[in-house]
Amino acid sequence: MSAVADVTQTLPVGTWQADSVHSHVGFAIEYNGGTFRGTFSPFEAKLSVDESGSTSLSGSAPVSGVHVQDENLSAHLQSPDFFDAERTPELGFDSTSIVLSGDEVTVLGDLTIRGATQHVELKGTVGQPLVDAHGRERLAIELSGSIDRTRFGIDWNLALPDGRPALANDVELTAELFLVKA
Amino acid sequence: MRILGISGSLRRDSYNTKLLRTAAELLPEGVELEIWGGLKDVPPYDEDDDGAAAPAAAERLRKALAAADGVLFATPEYNSSVPGQLKNALDWASRPFATNVLRNKPVAVVGASAGAFGAVWAQAELRKVLAASGARVVEGDVAVGRAQDRFDAEGRLADDDLREQLAEVVRVLVETAAARSAAAVAA
Repeated sequence: MSAVADVTQTLPVGTWQADSVHSHVGFAIEYNGGTFRGTFSPFEAKLSVDESGSTSLSGSAPVSGVHVQDENLSAHLQSPDFFDAERTPELGFDSTSIVLSGDEVTVLGDLTIRGATQHVELKGTVGQPLVDAHGRERLAIELSGSIDRTRFGIDWNLALPDGRPALANDVELTAELFLVKA
Repeated sequence: MRILGISGSLRRDSYNTKLLRTAAELLPEGVELEIWGGLKDVPPYDEDDDGAAAPAAAERLRKALAAADGVLFATPEYNSSVPGQLKNALDWASRPFATNVLRNKPVAVVGASAGAFGAVWAQAELRKVLAASGARVVEGDVAVGRAQDRFDAEGRLADDDLREQLAEVVRVLVETAAARSAAAVAA
């Protein structure tokens, strides 16, 4: 009778692709005392779950799709100071482990930014699969994790008048994935 | 391959222009270095004068930068910083910001000064300005201090260690520019 008995303990079998219209992948970073946000669009994400329970989550996004509110700032993010889009035009992620506990999920994986690959941990929740109004099977996963941008060679900063750096090193990544079964 | 050399000094007998001439002798085969002579003609940056038709001297600068595979800057140091006319020229070059001609352009910075330190502060500031404009600033520097003692009667850099450092900076600049050209051809 308890709700716990209804919670999926394994991910549903299938190949699930992110629906880009409803999904959102973004970053947030402390800048000048506030939180600055950007999004990655377009991007691709795929969750594969086979009959044996083996799971993997992978994703990629072009650096040219890093969106912020100003074209000049966007150009700066594309430059060698930040993502260096000319040399490293793609961002990528490949999971190495996915562990479910109730509706909570921990995903470990390799994140590649600016050509540097680092191990990261993402945590979040998995919804219950459902069939939408158009007959498609859907599954929602929300993940977030913190990375140190300097580990990927993104070192740019500016000193504030009091000597502190204007831009934090830690970046919060979020992925709200609306997955559709292929 | 074409490297553009820009000296931050306008003086006829400028040590920095001599430094660029020395760099021209140290280039690998097939690479040309053209020293840009238009710096003095660039008017003060005024956004009202920019737009569809910028002043001719600023347009010439933008075209020269756009046509170059890489740029070697040699700067003196005025009051611990970049000479005003060079900074002003880069202010023209960096507009419109999002699509400016310096974006991803391989650039290197060297410098000479009459003082002991060889324009190291001006070089650091120039690298900062270039990076902020979106250029790819390559590693390596050459600081020619006491420049009045470092050039021979023909105006060549006469210090073997400094010549070697200059050759290395030029080599890295050319290598970076060549890799970029090759990637552009492949794409």
